[in-house]
This record gives sequence, structure tokens and C-alpha cells, in this order.
Amino acid sequence: MSSSAPTPHHGGFFSRHHILERNPLLLLIGILVTVAIGGLVEIVPLFYLKSTIETVQGMRPYTPLELVGRNIYVREGCYLCHSQMIRSLRDEVERYGHYSLAAESMYDHPFQWGSKRNGPDVARVGGKYTDAWHVAHLIDPRSVVPQSIMPGYGFLMTTPLDTRELVANVATNREVGVPYTDDMMANVMTDLQAQVRPDTPEAAALIKRYPKAVVRKFNPTTTEITEGDAVIAYLQMLGTLVDFKLYDDKANLR
Amino acid sequence: MIGVLALLALFCLFVAARTIEPAYAFHMGLAVVAAGLGLFAIFHRFYHRPAERPPLETAGLPNYNFGVVKFLTIMALFWGFAGMAAGVYIAFELAYPDLNFLPWINFGRLRPLHTSAVIFAFGGNVLIATSFYVVQRTCRARLAGDLAPWFVALGYNFFILIAGTGYLLGITQSKEYAEPEWYADFWLTIVWVVYLLVFVATLYRRKEPHIFVANWFYLAFIVTIAMLHLGNNPAVPVSIFSSKSYIVWSGVQDAMFQWWYGHNAVGFFLTAGFLAIMYYFVPKRCERPIYSYRLSIIHFWSLIFLYIWAGPHHLHYTALPDWAQTLGMTFSVMLWMPSWGGMINGLLTLSGAWDKLRTDPVLRMLVVSVAFYGMSTFEGPAMSIKSVNSLSHYTDWTIGHVHSGALGWVAFVSFGAIYCLVPWLWNKQLYSLKLVNWHFWIATLGIVLYITSMWVAGILQGLMWRSYTPQGYLEFSFIETVAAMHPFYVIRALGGTLFLGAFCLMLYNVYMTITASEEAAPAAQPALQPAE
Repeated sequence: MSSSAPTPHHGGFFSRHHILERNPLLLLIGILVTVAIGGLVEIVPLFYLKSTIETVQGMRPYTPLELVGRNIYVREGCYLCHSQMIRSLRDEVERYGHYSLAAESMYDHPFQWGSKRNGPDVARVGGKYTDAWHVAHLIDPRSVVPQSIMPGYGFLMTTPLDTRELVANVATNREVGVPYTDDMMANVMTDLQAQVRPDTPEAAALIKRYPKAVVRKFNPTTTEITEGDAVIAYLQMLGTLVDFKLYDDKANLR
Repeated sequence: MIGVLALLALFCLFVAARTIEPAYAFHMGLAVVAAGLGLFAIFHRFYHRPAERPPLETAGLPNYNFGVVKFLTIMALFWGFAGMAAGVYIAFELAYPDLNFLPWINFGRLRPLHTSAVIFAFGGNVLIATSFYVVQRTCRARLAGDLAPWFVALGYNFFILIAGTGYLLGITQSKEYAEPEWYADFWLTIVWVVYLLVFVATLYRRKEPHIFVANWFYLAFIVTIAMLHLGNNPAVPVSIFSSKSYIVWSGVQDAMFQWWYGHNAVGFFLTAGFLAIMYYFVPKRCERPIYSYRLSIIHFWSLIFLYIWAGPHHLHYTALPDWAQTLGMTFSVMLWMPSWGGMINGLLTLSGAWDKLRTDPVLRMLVVSVAFYGMSTFEGPAMSIKSVNSLSHYTDWTIGHVHSGALGWVAFVSFGAIYCLVPWLWNKQLYSLKLVNWHFWIATLGIVLYITSMWVAGILQGLMWRSYTPQGYLEFSFIETVAAMHPFYVIRALGGTLFLGAFCLMLYNVYMTITASEEAAPAAQPALQPAE
């Protein structure tokens, strides 16, 4: 189907194109080569250029409780309304804190940068609100922020945490490259319990393994560990690990 | 095939019995039932059909396999309704948050259901249906394989079922437009490879010397989606008895993989595939040849080459290195040219037949879709410029942009194609052109309400976020910018409701067409010309 009659094209690009139009396999290979180039150029260097991920102090794997909390964050689709990526723009840095570094999500499988802000960015929400605020806000967002459009997540506060697959989850993280040590692997279940029991020897051991870990009973409405405890533990550590007093942005120009 | 299905059924039964996750056990149970039904269908067919395979030709004409195309067309309409209804519901949730009253209908679980249902369930069924139709007609050959096309059709829809119910139950890997977990991804890979084989094998059967241009686009869509799916989804499952897995990529590399995938799901699923529909259905409906063969070649190769680079424009000013952001922006701006080349090729195909726009609402739908395509592909490059993106990113402007493409281009070109296909497949006269006309105008009004409200909302919120007082403080708290969105969210939800309501007219029209008692006189099929 064409406006021009099927005239011979006397060589040139368009007549050579007939070769591809007559051979499905050549056409397929031609397509594959054409579409492979862009991705190869943009993605492969990210794995070997040292400047891709900044040198920082303080990054560590998630504690078992934070990891479960993160999985619940993923399960509920929180990333669809909350970004975790502060852009290097003046208003964002003043509103949310230091712009996000690549290093801060280097142990994130998968990343949670987000693409839409129906609610505010949460990359540095850790420590900004009390646990009680988070509990009230998750149960009924409009009880603390009247104009909020966030769904309620009260069921998290009453659902006991299912930890039967936790050890396998941490082990899988280690398999895909998160540097969990043998010591951490051996103490997954005790560390989980320890993070809601402040002032115990186990809690001290947890903080030694995971510096800056926040140890509290995050959801005080129950004695057992709930999904709410895990989510709030995760929220309270977001953006708190890297020590920006030691961070040298000049040395990490990209 | 029988052995494979039987093994699959037994294996899934074993996993369902051993897993401790109820949702995962439910999915494995579904797989057992589906594999059992597949077995039953194969045996049933074996005992009830003639001993030979269906002939490739009857009475000198190709014996086309349209049964599977009919099934896919119906499924497209079914999922279209489900996906658009979910979209309307979440639009109302943003305006009236008390609608989030159960965990599984919370915005966070319904939004992936909406996006996947309209893109992959509605769009995917339209693409597979039309590709199976177009490749047969333009090759003048019966679809390759006997069970294989049905395996593709049923297997793909089973994937949709697993993906969709998974989101509601909280099974997701949280990669946008690639949320299904490892076992659904694995199943889709198998289905997709069979799809590619069926398509290419049919191309090899062709009686035409040249492969028609629409088939280049279909082939690029199938091959590239396979590449993107494999690149974005490699994951290590926690165990075979768990639905949970962890992506092997992390942080910044994962983000780059994700948007390399995400933007090219737009580029190759929602663009290349639907351009194939344009290249077949627009010339067919207006009975004019494609405007320019050379422009088709330039359009095709430049579009698929440039699109792949555009992903990083989703990551401007983030922790992705600047060089990658700049590359993404540059290629996104360049992408404007082949996009408009394709639009021009589609629109000018109407040369000498413009009068038909007045009399044929189906053709009008197809042509307006191409116009929306032109508008979205101008807006997209503009939004990929870093300074524009610093305002538009994270706001509803992006949502408006997506929907001018999704509703204006993808849905309209699909509606046009289905209004053509249904009478051709069932050999009936379309029940009512008047209803098509109503569908067109109500849906267009819905789109206008949707995209204008989202433009205003997005730009307003972006400006509020960066607004300073004369003393140099941020002027608005975040929640003030959320509250300002309310009227626009209401208008958007109304626009979506209009679009869904108009779609119901289409469902009625198609239903009445298929169930009409009289068969139309078979239309004379003009001989196809090779793509020269």
C-alpha cells in the first residue's frame, strides 16, 4: 500500500530496505540491534563508573524490623503517592532536607524513589514526627491533618506481624548483594524482638550491629509486635543514616 | 502440551499445599484450575474435531483463524470496562478520601490495578487481537499453530487475572507498570515467547512478497517488550513457597532499569503497537493507501532507535548521574520528530477522503486519535526539558499528559479498530453508527475535562511548592497545596465518568451487533497490494 508505484529504486537506502521487508528474521535482528543500543549506553556505565554512587559514612542494611516494615510499605503501594527522592532544587531542599544521594538507596531492592506526590516526600521523614503522631496518622490521617487525602491504615495496628519467612527474606537480601554479616544473619529473630524492647542487652547488641537503629515500642496500643510497629520503625529511620556533617559534596561531583 | 499442563497442575497443587501465604495459595489454586481447564479443553477438542488440522486454504482463499481474535476482542472490552471503572473509583478516592474504607480498595492497591488493567489487559488484548487479525490478512495466510494462538490468548489473560488479583491482595514488587511478582513474570515470559513464535511463523507463511508496515511495528512491539521485561524483572524469590522476591538491581541502577522499562512500555506497548493499528485500520477504513512509504521507513527506524534512550527524563534532578539525565532529555526532544512524522503519515493518508470525517464516526475516532497522538508527543518532549520538568515532575501535569495519550490516542484508536473489527469478524452490520457518534462526543468531552483540569492542577501545585514569601520563606505548607487540588480532582473524576459512560454505549453497540440475527452480505475484500 503506497502512493508510489512499485518502481525500482536504483540502489540506495530504500531499495535495500526491501531485503528486510522480505526476511522476518533479518527484520527481527535489525529491530533488536536498534533497540538495544540506547539501553546499553545509558545503563551499563552505571555499574562500573565509580562516581555513580557517592562515598558516604553511615549506610547499613535495614534491621529485620525495618525490612519487614519496608515490605509492608511496598505491599500497600505507599510509593504511589510518596516519593523518596529529594531533588537538588532550592525549595525541595528547604522543605525536606538535603537532596537525596544515590548512596542512600544502594541497599534498596527495589528502589522506592516514586514518581508522584499526592502526599509529601518521605525520604527524610525519620525523626520528624513522634511515634504517637504516626500511630494516630496511620489510623485516621484526618484526625491530625484535617485536609489530608490519605487512606486510613488502622488495620496495621491490629495485625500481628507474620515473621515466619523473615529469616529467608533477610537471606535473600544478602543473596542479591545487601551486606548482611554472618553475625546479623545469626541474630535475625532476636534483633526483631530487641527493637521494640529498649534498655535490654539485646537492644544494645542490635544497635551495635545496626548503628543508629531506633529502639522503641512504636505502636503502644498492643504488647505484641504488629505490622504498625514495623512500618513506623521503617519510617523513623528514613533518611537518618548518612552523616551529612562528614559528607563532602565537592568530592562527589558527578 | 498435555504433559506440560498436567505437570504444571501438579506442581502448583504441591506449592499451594505447602505455602503459608493464603494469597499465594489462592494464586496457585487458580493455576491448578486453569491448567485443569486447559487439559479438559485440549481433550474435548481432540475428540470433537475432524482428524485433520484445519486446512490452510479453502476454495483458494486463506482459511483465516478468527476464533481466537473474537475471544481477544471480547476480553479487551471486558478488561476495558474493569480498568476504566477502577480508574474512575480511584479518581473519586483522591477527591473524597473516605472512599478508602477497606484495605484492598485503598488507593495504593487499586492504582496498579487501574494502570495494569487499562494498559496490559485492555491494551494488551487489543494489541494481540489486532496483531493476529492484521498479520493474517496482510500475509494472506492462516495464523501459525493450532493450539499455540489459543495458548497465547488464554495464557495472557490468565497472567492478567493473577496480576490483578495479586494487587488487591497486596502482592506486588512495586515497580510501576511491572508490579507482578516473580511467578507471574515467569509465566508471562513463556506466553510472550509463544506469541513471538506464532507471529514470526505466520510472517514466514505469507503469500505476499513484502512484510506490510503494520507488521514491522507489531514485531518491534513484541521483541522490545520481551527485552524490557527481562531487563527490568530479574528477581530472586524468597522461596518457591513464597510470592515475595527481591529484584537483583538496587537503588540508582534499579531506578534506571525501571524507567528504561517504564518509558518504553509507553514507547513500544502504547505507541509502536498502536501505530501498527493506525497503519492498518486508517488506510483500510478510508480506503486510501498510506500517504508515504518512505516516511513509514524513516518513521519506523528513527522511532524505535530514539525511544529507548528517553527513560532518564523520569529521573531529572534525582540521584541519577547528570550525564544520563542529559542524554535522556536530548533524545526525548529528538523523539518529537519521528513521532510527528508518524502522525503526518497517518493524517495525510486521508488525502482526498477528508469528507468521510463528516459521515463516518468510526473514521473520525481513528483520526482524532492520531491528532491526540500528535499533541501528546509534543507535550512529552516539552516536559522532558529539565527546567520544565522541575515544575511538572511529581505533579498531576504528568497524570494529565499520560491520559491525553492514553484516552485520546490509545483508547480512541482501539475503539476505532474494534468498531471496524467486530463487523468484519462476526460478519454483521454495525448496530448503530449514531451510538458511535454519541460515544465519540461524550468521550471527547470527558477527555477535555480530564486533561485541562490536570494541567491546571499540576502547574498550580508545582508553582505553589516553589513559591516564596518576600521574606524568603516557603509560602505554602505541603497540605495547603493538597487542599488546593480538590476542585480539579472533582472535575477529573467527572471527566473519567463521562469517558466510562461513553464506553458503556460501545459495549451495548457491540453486544447488539454480535447478537443481531441477520448476517451482513460479506464485503468484497479487495486484493492486498505488497508494501511497496
